[in-house]
Amino acid sequence: MRLAVGLILLAVIGVGIAVSLGGIPFGAPKTVIGDHYVDSARDDTGATNVVTSVVVGYRAFDTLGEVTVLFVAALGLGAVLAAAGGGGGRSGVEPASLILRVGNAFLFPLILLFGAYIFSHGHLTPGGGFQGGAIIASAFLLVYLSSPGKRISATRARATESLSGLVFVVVGLLGLTLGAHNFLANFLPKGVPNTLFSAGIIPVVYCAIGLKVGSELAGVVDGLMEETG
Amino acid sequence: MSFLHDYVYYIGAFGLVAVGLLILLVKRNLIKLIIGLSILDTGVNMLLISVGYITGGTAPIFSRPGLSEGGMVDPVPQALVLTAIVIGVAILALALGLAVRFYKNCGTLDLRTAKELKW
Repeated sequence: MRLAVGLILLAVIGVGIAVSLGGIPFGAPKTVIGDHYVDSARDDTGATNVVTSVVVGYRAFDTLGEVTVLFVAALGLGAVLAAAGGGGGRSGVEPASLILRVGNAFLFPLILLFGAYIFSHGHLTPGGGFQGGAIIASAFLLVYLSSPGKRISATRARATESLSGLVFVVVGLLGLTLGAHNFLANFLPKGVPNTLFSAGIIPVVYCAIGLKVGSELAGVVDGLMEETG
Repeated sequence: MSFLHDYVYYIGAFGLVAVGLLILLVKRNLIKLIIGLSILDTGVNMLLISVGYITGGTAPIFSRPGLSEGGMVDPVPQALVLTAIVIGVAILALALGLAVRFYKNCGTLDLRTAKELKW
């Protein structure tokens, strides 16, 4: 009965989406603003990755909001789990196998390095702060899986997160006073395209986002691990 | 066949949306509901990306000198989806936290047997 109702509802929604998608041909150029970004992003922001120049250049204020959403979600997770009364450590967990422990000791610094590479080259190559942060958090997940007794320092994670969030806002406020007098306006030289020190404030902001997202997601992993361990 | 060739990405993306939606409507286990939410999220992201695709276009990155502005896909949906993925992760984490809390309070993940929900 429930399945039948679900399928009927799904069919209705499917017809609706199919009708509206029918007017959107696949593979044809659709928006004017996209062409504008592709044409002028290199001159406007100095970043060769157009997606990055949209996310941290043209729409940096939206990204600040997005980072805030992630922060509030991590905070909410901590509040929900703390209200549940803590798991009392992870005592009942079996020790990990030798392969996992040795592999983690070898891989942990390499994964951190890769994450830092991804977020510091966000304006040149595919990647950026959010992706690099997720990679860094995956390194901490590996630590949690391989050595059950270990915990990340909650104070340090919170300090990293707050400081990098502060860097984002301070860079924005500096743009308000130094640059074109807009919030998050570029006030640094754009440099030569396709080099590491180019694109003005974009690498700075993306490094801050990378550290912030990394410590936030590591905190999320920490919270869930503590509960389930 | 031409229809299928032209719209395979739309169909695949919508298929994911449909699977996720069906899980949300039919299943009554909290973990399965969260999995359905995640699949739905992935489908919507794929739909946005495939709407932004331009035939023969490259990724919108000027990584080497020979690339021209003409042959690049639309960067706006990609920036949007970057946002949507992050928000999806946040939703997933918060939903899992609520599921942990629910299990602690009710001793079950099945929504049918949790009598405390009724008032």
